[in-house]
Formats: sequence, structure tokens, C-alpha cells
Amino acid sequence: MTVAARAPYDFKPRDLVENFHGKQIVYASWDRHLLFAAPFLICVPPDTTFRAFVEGPLAQLLAIDPDAAAIDWTTAEWQKGNDAFTPDFDQSLAANGIAHKELIRLRTPGLNSITAAA
Amino acid sequence: MDMKTPEKKLGIKERYRYLTRDLAWEPSYRSHDEIYPYLAYEGIKIHDWDKWEDPFRLTMDAYWKYQGEKERKFYAIIDAHAQNNGHLNITDGRYLSALKIFLQAISPGEYAAHKGFSRAGREFAGAGTQVACQMQALDEIRHAQTQIHALSNYNKYYNGFHAFSDHRDRIWYTSVARSFFDDAMAAGPFEFMIAIGFSFEYVLTNLLFVPFMSGAAYNGDMATVTFGFSAQSDEARHMTLGLECIKFMLEQDPDNLPIVQKWIDKWFWRGFRVLGLVSTMMDYMLPKRVMSWREAWEIYGVENGGALFKDLAFYGIRPPKGWEDAGKAIDHMSHQFMLGFYQWRFGTAFHSWIPSDDDMNWLSQKYPTTFDKYYRPRWDYIRKAEAEGKPFKNFGLAKLCQCCQLPCVFTEPDDPSQLCHRQTTYKGEIYHFCSDGCQDVFENEPEKYVQAWLPMPQLFQDPVNGDLAAWMDWAFLTDGKDNGEYPGSGDQLNFDRWRGLATSNT
Repeated sequence: MTVAARAPYDFKPRDLVENFHGKQIVYASWDRHLLFAAPFLICVPPDTTFRAFVEGPLAQLLAIDPDAAAIDWTTAEWQKGNDAFTPDFDQSLAANGIAHKELIRLRTPGLNSITAAA
Repeated sequence: MDMKTPEKKLGIKERYRYLTRDLAWEPSYRSHDEIYPYLAYEGIKIHDWDKWEDPFRLTMDAYWKYQGEKERKFYAIIDAHAQNNGHLNITDGRYLSALKIFLQAISPGEYAAHKGFSRAGREFAGAGTQVACQMQALDEIRHAQTQIHALSNYNKYYNGFHAFSDHRDRIWYTSVARSFFDDAMAAGPFEFMIAIGFSFEYVLTNLLFVPFMSGAAYNGDMATVTFGFSAQSDEARHMTLGLECIKFMLEQDPDNLPIVQKWIDKWFWRGFRVLGLVSTMMDYMLPKRVMSWREAWEIYGVENGGALFKDLAFYGIRPPKGWEDAGKAIDHMSHQFMLGFYQWRFGTAFHSWIPSDDDMNWLSQKYPTTFDKYYRPRWDYIRKAEAEGKPFKNFGLAKLCQCCQLPCVFTEPDDPSQLCHRQTTYKGEIYHFCSDGCQDVFENEPEKYVQAWLPMPQLFQDPVNGDLAAWMDWAFLTDGKDNGEYPGSGDQLNFDRWRGLATSNT
């Protein structure tokens, strides 16, 4: 479908990566951990390694959840957008194919102190 | 000598004709299309504008008289409220948060509706339609003004009321209402009428105004009750205009049906997302509650809305596409919002708090299938953390929905233990949504929504570039004053102190 318009209708998105001064946005969400009301928005350079990303900003944000200390990053299951994903921790976000505004999902089966099962 | 014959007084019908239909004329040196350039491009076909019926037959002279009378009453009460320290009659200072959200998110919407109806009145071709839109445009600006005047009295005493128009533009939770009206105003005149005149004024307005105004009455807020009453008599006219407009479109040409249905689907869902703010006000922010959001939905959504769509089935209209998902969200949305507001309280121009035992017992009674199972455990944990001196604060910014612009706080319709993630790629860019409803809206007109100004990603662009303190300055938010928890806030200290002075001798 397309927008109804009286003239050519083509405008720039407001969140293009070039607006972020060398950084990009990565969204991150921990499945079934709803103490956090929504996925996180994290703004980092694309050459950040996946390890630096998870052990840095992501771990800091997750720390207030009672399950956070028990996360084993290496056995956790990951998803990138809608697809399963095996990250290379020592490669950059870019080399891991994590594009601007990509959503990374973390799953830690068995680790669910607060959220009731559906 | 000529005898002066008494002038014959005009009947309502004649007056209406002289003061509306007779004001129009057929253009002679410009074509119809040149004068009304926006009528065709949305695909709506109108064959006879004179078929437009205005059941109110209100003429401008009568309109001025009625509204002038209402204004006099309104300002007399507002003056009395100010002179008698009416702000100390509210049940509790927590109530102010509901007012702040209303002023920051909803009152600017009245002003936007004013602009939209002014435009629609110019762009529609029929004289009856033009006059009805003109009056509604005047109503809407009057509503914006009376709301701002009524609430300005609270601004003398409490924080967070001081910059509502900037908060409307710059703070994240208000962008759901801002984007709703911007979207409507950036549409053509027919879609605007379905968006505001029908979906908002007809289907959803009761869910906004009735609980909110009753809430004001229950909580001793005469100022708000007064603007509510002053606006209420206009709302009946607005609802009629909205319904008349949709019937007019459907009766004019069968080709209009699929277009109108698509707009109903879109604007029901967009309006439903705006109402999320209201659900939180009703369930959490009114110290003395009127009814739960679930109960309001039963009356104004299921019963009234259901009856309306039954009537419209005659024209081939079916209930909005998101109706079922909306029903599944009712028992969750207010809790999801309040947990969000509480954990992001550093960035709100109102106060939030952890619900008390009484509050939680009320919530579990009103939401027997969801509150104790899903939401009480989270509040319990948050309360424990607070008691241990480690207040629960989420300093992460949130992923926003590209369509409704709310943080993606909603869970899967059939799995309340899992956040709902939806995404799509359009011209190489990834876009995220809070729900299927919002994704559908985007996919029908992606060119429009790629332009969305989303408050959270914008925080990392110029001029703020990720500096939270700079963001607060830019958003007219004073840290430690306008934001944060209600207990210990300036609002709480002042309200309790002043009320104490009014009710005791110490």
C-alpha cells in the first residue's frame, strides 16, 4: 500500500544512522523479564565488540533484575530481529551483522524469578 | 402614509437556510477543483453535497449566544475556585499527576483539533459541512483555552504544569497524543473526519472524558469538573457531526466503503493507544477511584461501541480490525504503563509512586485474572528494593513504536509474560512496532511514518546528543522538582503543609 498524496511524496527518515555522529542504535530485550517495561535503546559505535556491548551497557542496565547475576552470556540464547543468532563475542557489532536499529533478544531458559508463566 | 409592517420573525429552518446554505455560491471564474483541491485525492466520491444533514441546525448567532453564556458561568466558577483555595479541596496531591498528564498530552490535542477543523471547514465543498466544521473549530479552541485556564490555577502552587506545550512537543509519553493529532492533520479532509470526528469523538471520547470528569468530581477538583461540563454540551454536537460524516460518505458511493473501513481500523487502533494514558490515570492516579479501566471499557467500549458497530453493519462496516486485540489488552495496559512510568520517573513531568497495599488489593479485585499473577509480583519486588534502600530505577531508554510512538511496553495478545516485538524493513531501514495494529498502520502508508520524530532516538541526535541533563533543560524538566516519586516531592510537602494549615491550628 502507499500513501494517498497530491504530489510526489518522498521524505527522509528521521533516524538515519548518519544522524548519530558515528554511533548506531541497538535495541536489546531480555525475554520474559518484565521488570523492564520495554526493550532498551542503546547507542554505541558499530566497532564495539559484542562482548564489550553485553558486558558493558547491557549488563549495567540489566543489573537491577534479581536474575542478572546468574546470566551466563555464553550459554544464553540469542536472537537478532526475528531470527536465531549465534554471536561472535570478539567481533564488532558490524561484523556480527547487527545493523542500525537492530533488535537483539536474549533468552535465559529456567531463569525466571519474577515473571509468571503464561 | 405607509404603515410599518412588523418584521416577520424567521423560523429555525429558514434561519438555518439563510445563515448556512444561502451563504454558499456557485463559482463563476474559477473551477470547483481549483477552489477545493483536496476533495478528490483520497479516493472518496461525493455526488451531492446538499445531502449533508446537520441535525442541530445551529446558526452562528445562536452559537455565540449559547457559548457566551457557558463562558460566563465557567469563569465565575474558576474565579471562585481560585479565591477559595480550591486546590486544597482535592483528595490528595497524587491526583495532580492525572491533571498534569491531561494538560500535557490532551489539552494540546484540543488545540490541534481546532486547527484541523478550521482546515476541514475550508477544504470541504458543502456549505452545511463547512459551517458545522467551523463551529467545531471554535469549540475546540474554546476547550483548549478553558482547560488551560482551569489548570493554570494549579500552576501557581505545584510543579510540572509550567511548560505543558513544550512537554507536548519534547517529552516521550506525550508523543502518543501528539503523533495521533499530527497524523490526522497530515491526512486529507475525509480521513481527518474519520480520525477525529468519528473514531475519537464518537467511539473513544466517552472513555476519555466521562471517567476523567467523574474522576475529577470524585476527587474534589471543581475546576476540572467545570470545564468538563462546559465542554460536554459541545461533545454531543461533535459526536453527531462525526456520525453524520461517516454516514454521508457511505451513502454517497459504494466505492467509499473500503476506504472508510481502512480508516476506521487505523484510527480505532491509534485512539486506543492514546487511551492507554487514561487507563493508568483511572487505575493508579486517582486517590479516590470512580471505576476501573476494565469497567469503563465494558460500558463505553463493549456496550456502546458494540451497539454502534451493529448499526453501522447496515452500511457494510464491520468492527475495527484491532477490536479483539484491544479486548485482550484491557486487563494489562494500565499496569504495564504504570510500571513504565514508575521506572522511568526521572524523565516524567509528573510524579509516580508504588501502589499501597490498599491500592493493590483494589487492583486485584478489579483485575482478578491478571493483577496478582503478573503485576503484583513486580510491584512487590520494587517495593522490597525500595525498602532496602535500592529504589528501582531503569536508566535505560526505551524502544519506541514507529507508529504510536509509545515505549513498546505491551505484551503478546495471548502471552502476557512476553513483550510483543514486531518489526519490518522498508527501503533498507528497520522499523519497530508495539503491536500488529501499529504495524498494519505503518505498512499501509510507510512513506508517512518513516518521518516520525521519535523522542528517544532523537535524544541521541542534535541538539542533545545523549546528554541527559541537556535533555532535561531542553524539555523544560527540572530534575528533583518536576520528576521522580511522589513521596518526598515538593508537591507532597506543599500539599500536606497547606492542607494542614487549612484544617488545623498548627
